[in-house]
Amino acid sequence: MTITSAPVTGEATKTWSGRAMPRKEDRRLVQGQGSFVDDGGMHGQGYAWFVRSPYGHARIVSIDCEPALSMEGVYTVLTGEEAKAMCEAPFFAIAPPPGSLMQEWPLAVGKVRYQGDAVALVLADSRETARDAAERVVVEYEPLPAVTDGVAAADPTAPLLYDEAGTNVVWHGVFDYGDVDWALENADHVVKLDRLHFHRFSSTPLECNGAVVDFDHGTGVVSVLSNYQMPMFAAMVIGPTIGVPINKFDFVTKDIGGAFGLKIGFFPQIAALALLSKKAGRPAKWTEFRTEHMLTAGHGNERTFVDIEVPVMADGTILGVKARAFDDAGGYLHYEPLGAVIWSQVVPGCYKLKHVRVDYTEVVSNKCPVTPNRGYSRMQHLWMIERIIDVVAHELGLDPVEVRKRNYVQPEDYPYETPNGCIYDSGDLPRSLDIALELAHVDEWRARQRELGTGSGRRIGIGIGSTLDSGTNNFGQSRIINPELPFSGNGEVAIAKLDLFGEINVNLGTTPQGQGHETTASQVAADILGVTPDDVTVSTGFNQANNAYVGFSGTYASQFAVTGLGAVMGAAQKLRHQIVKLAAFALHAEEDEIELVGGAARVRGDEERAIPFIGLANMVYTNNAGLPSELLSECDLNARYVYVPPFEVPDTVAKTGNLTLTYASQVHVCVVEVDEETGEVKILDYAAVDDCGKRINPLVVEGQVHGATGLGIAASLYESLDYDESGQLEEPSFYEYHVATSLDIPNIVCGSIESPSPFTPNGAKGMGEGGGAPLHAVCSAIQDAIGAGGPIVTDSHNHWARVYEMLHRAPGAPRNVEVISRSGGSDTDVKSL
Amino acid sequence: MGERGTSHSVTVEVNGEKVSRIVAARQLLVHFLRDTLGLTGTHIGCDTGNCGACSVIVDGKLVKSCMILAPQVDGSTIETVESLAQDGALSPLQESFHEHHGLQCGYCTPGMLMSATYLLRQNPEPTDEEIRRGIRGNVCRCTGYVNIVEAIREASRGQATGRRSAHAAAGEEV
Ligand code: FES
Ligand code: FES
Repeated sequence: MTITSAPVTGEATKTWSGRAMPRKEDRRLVQGQGSFVDDGGMHGQGYAWFVRSPYGHARIVSIDCEPALSMEGVYTVLTGEEAKAMCEAPFFAIAPPPGSLMQEWPLAVGKVRYQGDAVALVLADSRETARDAAERVVVEYEPLPAVTDGVAAADPTAPLLYDEAGTNVVWHGVFDYGDVDWALENADHVVKLDRLHFHRFSSTPLECNGAVVDFDHGTGVVSVLSNYQMPMFAAMVIGPTIGVPINKFDFVTKDIGGAFGLKIGFFPQIAALALLSKKAGRPAKWTEFRTEHMLTAGHGNERTFVDIEVPVMADGTILGVKARAFDDAGGYLHYEPLGAVIWSQVVPGCYKLKHVRVDYTEVVSNKCPVTPNRGYSRMQHLWMIERIIDVVAHELGLDPVEVRKRNYVQPEDYPYETPNGCIYDSGDLPRSLDIALELAHVDEWRARQRELGTGSGRRIGIGIGSTLDSGTNNFGQSRIINPELPFSGNGEVAIAKLDLFGEINVNLGTTPQGQGHETTASQVAADILGVTPDDVTVSTGFNQANNAYVGFSGTYASQFAVTGLGAVMGAAQKLRHQIVKLAAFALHAEEDEIELVGGAARVRGDEERAIPFIGLANMVYTNNAGLPSELLSECDLNARYVYVPPFEVPDTVAKTGNLTLTYASQVHVCVVEVDEETGEVKILDYAAVDDCGKRINPLVVEGQVHGATGLGIAASLYESLDYDESGQLEEPSFYEYHVATSLDIPNIVCGSIESPSPFTPNGAKGMGEGGGAPLHAVCSAIQDAIGAGGPIVTDSHNHWARVYEMLHRAPGAPRNVEVISRSGGSDTDVKSL
Repeated sequence: MGERGTSHSVTVEVNGEKVSRIVAARQLLVHFLRDTLGLTGTHIGCDTGNCGACSVIVDGKLVKSCMILAPQVDGSTIETVESLAQDGALSPLQESFHEHHGLQCGYCTPGMLMSATYLLRQNPEPTDEEIRRGIRGNVCRCTGYVNIVEAIREASRGQATGRRSAHAAAGEEV
């Protein structure tokens, strides 16, 4: 775009939304010109290095910083006690007691609660010196017994992480909908499982965490250049702790090298760096390294389900489920126990389960604190539901496809209200499943499976994963955990501005990490303002100085297409309205005669009567004498819009309410070959069918499907984070933690349908997290390969050794499953259940 | 800055330009590129040589620059991602990654592009299997590799330019 002729290209009248446009961000990124956190810095900065605990659980007896401080080049060392003395309060607690008694400070105080817990922070004149100095800080520990199992941690005899809380249980609640006892009494069959375990893993963004933080003693402003994905959440949590009001923070993000929710967890590091900078009187730069990331940056929620009972009718109708769940939050409560309620956005999964009771307990243990990880908290529950569907089918000799189709929420049921008052907006699950089965060539594979028979040493398994990607949270659900919390609803901000020479700028409160916001936001704005996406400049990342934020701003929880683009739509429409008003004045026309084309406003049917955007900008910014004051006060060409989704505060006693605005769905089908001799699982065919309503950019949407699928397959077969009894992490680097490579992930064939959401401004639904469908589908395929009568797949992680064990388990060994059938069947009318 | 201990003089040709610097004996090549020369396109994703975000080409060979010390490459010729575009024109691989949405966050991309550049020099028309083998040392957490494989394949066929854009301009969904 040139400054003289403001935005134009010949295609300006086309519609850009809905097109599979390659992204605008790419040009800088493919040339290595991205601006990632370690690429930046501040003048006079020192380099920070954390001193971290080698123990999973220990008392801190003493810390001697002298050997480090005496090194040349070391500016200062900050200990946990010192940091606490500089603070006004511990970090804000989401939980009521006893969880709120489990306090956290920027650095560990008194004891360490997981391997890698930070006890001190060094600042020096180079990264190397800081690292050497950190090794010279002498910390004396008194090791304590550790607890590393979520169920065991809830036992009153377990070692306590927080003596002051008197328990490791953070929060306990019963989610009870319908009448599950009645269903269990009246069902034809009750399928019982002792235990299902959703394992701990992390989607490990390739760029680790990082921040450069400056505490300016003159102004009191704390500048934070970081790759943190929810900046104002960090400001709200750490501000009261370190005594800094919101308007004295200056949060900035630029390009972010992947986040997946995990970059919500490092606010304590930012707080510690702010205090370090305050003490040293210079900016502190910290770039996390991979082992530090694996040990401390946050892991996904690990959840164990026990005593699972499923009432089923003879025809395969599943009435509900009853289970107890233990969620293991690790050593501190960084975003927890929000996970204890987030899953209830999807209580019945994709199915019309009417009677559900989950007795939910969240605990702390001597492991890395958990952090939201793509599919946060819902995928754990959805995995349990999908396991149940398959187990029911296998144990009752039913077809897993038929059981799904029978129990799915049907296309005509939308909007569908779940037993806890959530509203599923739209979808067509049976059709999605049919497409996925076809794309994965399931008929051919079934034939091949029969051909192979037994004795070949190889088995084929076909699995299905149906899942939901609930998007745009109602933060009011946090009050189900703690009714005192001052949170509800959601929102996002965009500012659309016509700049001095008629350029179009859009600023957002989001923190994209590869989701292509610069592209999709320009597509949406271009349509409204009559220009091309190239004519719209969308700022990269978050900048607090732009004033484009509310408390919820950021990029997380599958919501950009709704909240982010909803805000862009609103702001662009506001700006359009002003442009039209000014143009009508300038062109002596009526407002409804004005159209915006190619970067100019003109009178419809009289193309000669036109004024380019630069002319309108000139009228307002640099040449406004004589203009009517009402016109100027209405048209500042700087339009800020806050999109707020329509929500009510949930009923915190009944634990009901509309917890999420949209429900994208995905149905995956996976075909595996299992080698009986080694237990190795190879994926032969993989299809994913996505339905996220209206797609603004199908290329970006498909990329998100690929990404979520890749991470899910990786977690199901290769990636697991395990601790020994003393609290040592067994996979602290990419050597031990096998991140999936191009040889591990198969080609993923995508299909899609579009069921527009009736609840969003653009018919789109948030998507991207993916709901963990590959974990469901891979487990389902392995189960199919094991075959009827064999062991049940009870873990979400199935590396070769576990599969081998299942294939070779002695006949007659416990199968962890029991089916109780009422003799003579039931004469209850199923439809009335 | 502030570096103590033994230092070495390193002279290398980086992206066609000769540079000499005195560096600490323990400085990794990746830190030499990023911190000493300011070529921040080369990234760091691990400490163990597993992720390939730091891949560069040294004397015609693909190297993980976090696994080699700067003094070890004294006298070498180094190519980094910054060398791929010529006079503002993207290389066919860069163009293809863009058209086929072979990148999301873009953090793995420089290393991925260097591996792919090396691969196509060795094997100008690789099969998908060969492409997957060629980039097995480069981790991507965002794309599931699907579009990366497609991008490299299409670049190797000389079909990078225009396909997506043509569809997009025609308003089609690809
Ligand atoms: S940073 Fe070099 S391989 Fe990971
Ligand atoms: S694009 Fe993000 S790691 Fe590859």
